[in-house]
Amino acid sequence: MVAVRQRRAAAPEAPLYTRADVEALSAAHDEPTWLRESRLAAWDLYQRLPMPGKNDEAWRRTDYRHIRWDEAGRQIENANPSIEVVPGAYLEPLIGDQQGGVLVFVDGKLVQYEVHPSLAEQGVVFTDLHTAVREHEALLRPRLMTKAVLPGEGKFAALHAALWTHGVFLYVPDNTVVELPLHVVMYNTAPGATLGHSLVAIGDNAQATILVDYRSAEFEDQSLFVGATELLVGDEGNLRYVGLQDWNRETYEFSHQRARIGRDGNLDWILGNMGGEFIKQFIEVELDGQGAHGRVSGMFFADHEQMFDQDTQQDHNAPLTTSDLLFKGAAKDDARTVWQGMIKSLPKMQKIDGFQACRNLVLSEDARMDAIPGLEIEADDVRCTHAATFGTLEEQPVFYLMSRGVPRPEAELAVINGFFEELLDRIPFERVQARLRESLEAKIVGR
Amino acid sequence: MGAALEIRNLHVNVEDKPILRGVNLIVRQGEVHALMGPNGSGKSTLANVLMGNPAYEVTAGQIIFDGKDLLEMEADERSRAGLFLAFQYPVSIPGVTLANFLRLAINARLKAANPESKGISVGDFRKMMREKMDGLHMEHNFAGRYLNEGFSGGEKKRAEILQMAVLEPKIAILDETDSGLDIDALRVVSEGVVKLRGPNLGALVITHYQRILNYIKPDFVHVMYQGQIVENGGPELALRLEEAGYDWIREKVEG
Repeated sequence: MVAVRQRRAAAPEAPLYTRADVEALSAAHDEPTWLRESRLAAWDLYQRLPMPGKNDEAWRRTDYRHIRWDEAGRQIENANPSIEVVPGAYLEPLIGDQQGGVLVFVDGKLVQYEVHPSLAEQGVVFTDLHTAVREHEALLRPRLMTKAVLPGEGKFAALHAALWTHGVFLYVPDNTVVELPLHVVMYNTAPGATLGHSLVAIGDNAQATILVDYRSAEFEDQSLFVGATELLVGDEGNLRYVGLQDWNRETYEFSHQRARIGRDGNLDWILGNMGGEFIKQFIEVELDGQGAHGRVSGMFFADHEQMFDQDTQQDHNAPLTTSDLLFKGAAKDDARTVWQGMIKSLPKMQKIDGFQACRNLVLSEDARMDAIPGLEIEADDVRCTHAATFGTLEEQPVFYLMSRGVPRPEAELAVINGFFEELLDRIPFERVQARLRESLEAKIVGR
Repeated sequence: MGAALEIRNLHVNVEDKPILRGVNLIVRQGEVHALMGPNGSGKSTLANVLMGNPAYEVTAGQIIFDGKDLLEMEADERSRAGLFLAFQYPVSIPGVTLANFLRLAINARLKAANPESKGISVGDFRKMMREKMDGLHMEHNFAGRYLNEGFSGGEKKRAEILQMAVLEPKIAILDETDSGLDIDALRVVSEGVVKLRGPNLGALVITHYQRILNYIKPDFVHVMYQGQIVENGGPELALRLEEAGYDWIREKVEG
C-alpha cells in the first residue's frame, strides 16, 4: 500500500489582537480623536489585509510560523520600568563624546529624557511620540505614517499603525543644524510585544545625526517587535541615521523602514542586524528630488538558528538622483539569511546612478544565504549596477597569516573581520564601528 | 651553534601523486643555499611543505628544525620558531592592511612568549615599520593598504621581504622571489635580502634562473629534478646551469 501525503504549507496565523486593544491603548494615553481614529482606521485595514505567506514574493523564503503569537504578542508587563535596569554601557554615546539628547525606553515606556537646551532654542523637537502627540500635533500629525511608511502597505505596517506603543519624534526646522548627535535606546527587559516607531523629519537645508539602538535582556519566552522607521529629509537636508538591532534570541521583528529625500538632500543610513530569532525588514529609500543622494550600509551576522530577511529598495523618482547600497553579511551554524534588493526608476528620470550589492560570507555547511538583486529601470540614460556575491572562509589567507606566526583562531578572525572592513569603512563613527566589531568577534568566536 | 633546518628523506604527495621522492638537505643559520631546477621538479612543493601548508601530505621522511620535529608543528608554531617563507604568489587578504597583518604577527610572538603581553605599542610599531620600509625603499602609505590587494608583482615581493625583515627569521625560504620581476624590482628585492644576510640568517633561495644569484651570492647550490636533489655544488653549479640549461641534468639522471 502506498500512502500518498500531500504537504501543504499552512497559512501563517495572525496575532491575537482585537479592536478593543486599540481602543484601550488609545484611551490609556488619552489620545486626541484624530489619532484614535487613525489607529482604528489602521485596525480596519489590518483586518482586511491577509497575513503574508509563501505566496507573496517578498515572503517566499521566509517562514515565521514558529512564532507563538499568544506568547510573543501579549502586552509587556512591567509596572515600574526604570533606567536602573539598563546596563550602563548601553547609555554611553556611540557617536561623539557629547550628545544633543538621549531618549531611553524600557519595555516600551519612556524612562529617561535628556535634551540639550540649545535644541529647544533652535526650534528642534526631540521627544517621545506620546509627548509629541500632546505638544506638537501641528508638526507630527501631517507626517505620522502619511509620507514614508503607510498603514496600507502590509499587514505589519497596518498593525503598527493601529497599535504602536512608543517611539521617537525628531523634527529639525529648515536651515537648522543640530551639531550634537542624538541617541535613542529601546531596551526590553520582559517578554511580549512592543511596537516602536522612529519618525525623523529634517527640514530644508537642515542637518542632524541620530542613532537608535534596539536591545533586550535575555529571557526565555518569545517577544515581538513590530517597528516602523520614517526618515524625511528636506531639500538640501542632510541626515545620518544609524539603527543597531541586537535583540535577544527569542525576539521576532517585523519592520518597515523608509526614507524620502528631497532635492539635493543627502542620507547616510547605517544598519546593523546582529540579534533576534527572526528579523524581517523592509528598508527603502525614495529619492524624490532632483540630485538627491542616498547611501545605505548594512551589516549582518546570523548564527545558531537566526533568520534574517532584509528587503531593500532604491526608488529613483527624480533625475540626477544617486544611490549606493552595500550590505555585507555572514552566516554560521544553522542560520539563514535572505537579501532581496531592487532599484527602480520611473520613465524620463535621466542621469540616475544606482548601485546595490550584497556580499555574503557562508561560514558553515548548514548555513544558507540567499541574495537576489533586481532592477526595474524605465529610463535609458542611467547607470545602475548590482551585485550579489557568496564566499566561504578560504584556507589560503588563513594559512598566510599562520605562516607569519598567528594561531588559527586569530587568523580566521582576522580574515572574517577583513571581509567586513569594506562595510565598516563606510561608517564614519568610530564607536559604532567598535560596537559592530565586538558583536562580530563574539559571533565568530562563538558563544 | 646556530639553528639548522634538516630535511631527511622527505616524500610528499599532492592529490595522491608523489611530488617529492626522498629529499635530503641541510640549511644552517648563516648559510645561503640556492635550490634550482626546472619547472615541475618539486621546488615550490618543498617550500610549502616546510612551512606547513595543509594542502600537502607528507608520506615519509623527517624535517628537523632547531632540534624540533617540524612535522609535528602547525604553520604558526613553525613561524614563531624562526622559519619564514616568502611566497611565490602571496594571496591578497581584503580588509587586512599590511600594517595590521604585521602587528598580528608580532603580537602573536609576544603573546606566545608571555601570555600576559599586551602586544607592541603603537609608537614602537610605527617606528619599526618606518625603519624597515625605508630600508626597502617603500612608501610609508604602503602599510595602510590591504595586503596584496592590487599590488604589482614587485610590490608583492617587496612586501614579502618587508615581512621577513620585521620577523627576523633564523631560516628563510624564498620561493621564486625573482619571478615576474623586472630588473629594477629584482635589484631592490635582492638588496633587501642581502641587507638581512649575516650569521643569524640561513636562506634557501628557490629559483629557476641564475640572475637573482648575481645579487644574493649562494654558498651552496642544489639542483632538484623529479622530486629529488640530484646535484650539489658551489656557485659554479648555478653558472653552469645558466649556460648549459638543465638538459645535462636530465641526461645524467635518466642515463
